[in-house]
Amino acid sequence: MSTSTVDLHPEHPHGPGPHGDAGAHEHDPRQQHHFTTMEQQFDTSKIGMWLFLATEVLTFGGLFAGFGLMQNRYPQEFVEAHEQLQRLAGALNTVVLLVSSFTMVMGVQAARNNQPKKTARYLWLTVACAGIFMVVKAYEYTHKFEEGLLPGVFYHHHGDLIAGSHGYATFFSFYFMMTGLHGLHVLIGMILLSWLAIRAKRGEFSDKYYTPVDLVGLFWHLVDMIWIYLFPLYYLIT
Amino acid sequence: MSTHTEHAHDPKAEARVYIVTLVTLLILTVITVGASYINFGSGNVVIALTIATIKGSIVALFFMHLRHDKPINAIIGLTGFLFLGIFLMFDFIDVGTRTNPQPINLHAPPAATAPANAPATPAPDSRKE
Repeated sequence: MSTSTVDLHPEHPHGPGPHGDAGAHEHDPRQQHHFTTMEQQFDTSKIGMWLFLATEVLTFGGLFAGFGLMQNRYPQEFVEAHEQLQRLAGALNTVVLLVSSFTMVMGVQAARNNQPKKTARYLWLTVACAGIFMVVKAYEYTHKFEEGLLPGVFYHHHGDLIAGSHGYATFFSFYFMMTGLHGLHVLIGMILLSWLAIRAKRGEFSDKYYTPVDLVGLFWHLVDMIWIYLFPLYYLIT
Repeated sequence: MSTHTEHAHDPKAEARVYIVTLVTLLILTVITVGASYINFGSGNVVIALTIATIKGSIVALFFMHLRHDKPINAIIGLTGFLFLGIFLMFDFIDVGTRTNPQPINLHAPPAATAPANAPATPAPDSRKE
């Protein structure tokens, strides 16, 4: 084992194999001193990402549970409130996100196969899909705002069948909380993907090192997966 | 890296797998939207959530590479869903076994059991909110 000071100096990347593996691979400057190999570093990062994704599942899971409980309390109001959502807009967004997942996975593959330009192109395509998603979402939100279909005390829509029921306001509280939190994830994803696309264009990723692309890809697919559940629960179930 | 060598097979074949995955997901989306226009009663929820779970599994297996990945990642991901399942299970048990505690559902005591010695001072009305 070499000392950490030696490991931290990237100007010695081609020194003799410092980890006793007879120079089976070069010492990558991106390898941090507390990892034995790049593979171990990659696997560790990935496990960390999956742990984060598990907490994401629980975060959204709690909201789904709350939605289910309130649907049980206000079944009729929830059906009527759901009629206010545009099924086609939701379906369009589903398609857009699925396509973006595809472009994402193609971007990861391109990064792994040493194709920086292709990587950047697929990542920008993914950003574009996310942008379309957000535009459709903004259109939907604007429509809801105009109709007074707002969460909690801000709800002032007219023409509901059950006057004075809290069910409608509750539905839109959950609608805005869940789609809003999901939309925030999409926005964060767009920022991360743009950052990666710029780095990919600079040729920072290769088969030796593409961890950021892979991990943001995992995050992006999870965002897609959450929408796969949000869409039928909000837009389809009557 | 072994995770890299596992992926070292033909990129074209891999891209084909991704395209088939995408098309499958799109077809399932069409099916779930179509099914929502038909009234199956309570079956609609089951159909929608079953298709969503199939779609989610396809995304996890193919797009998130769990199919070829080290098992630890799938175990961690599934653990999240396992605990979510436990959480949801107890929620549903609660909802399914709880009588509605709202005052409107409480029955007034039968007249015969009302205290006969206090007609002028009725017991506090438990039905009022």
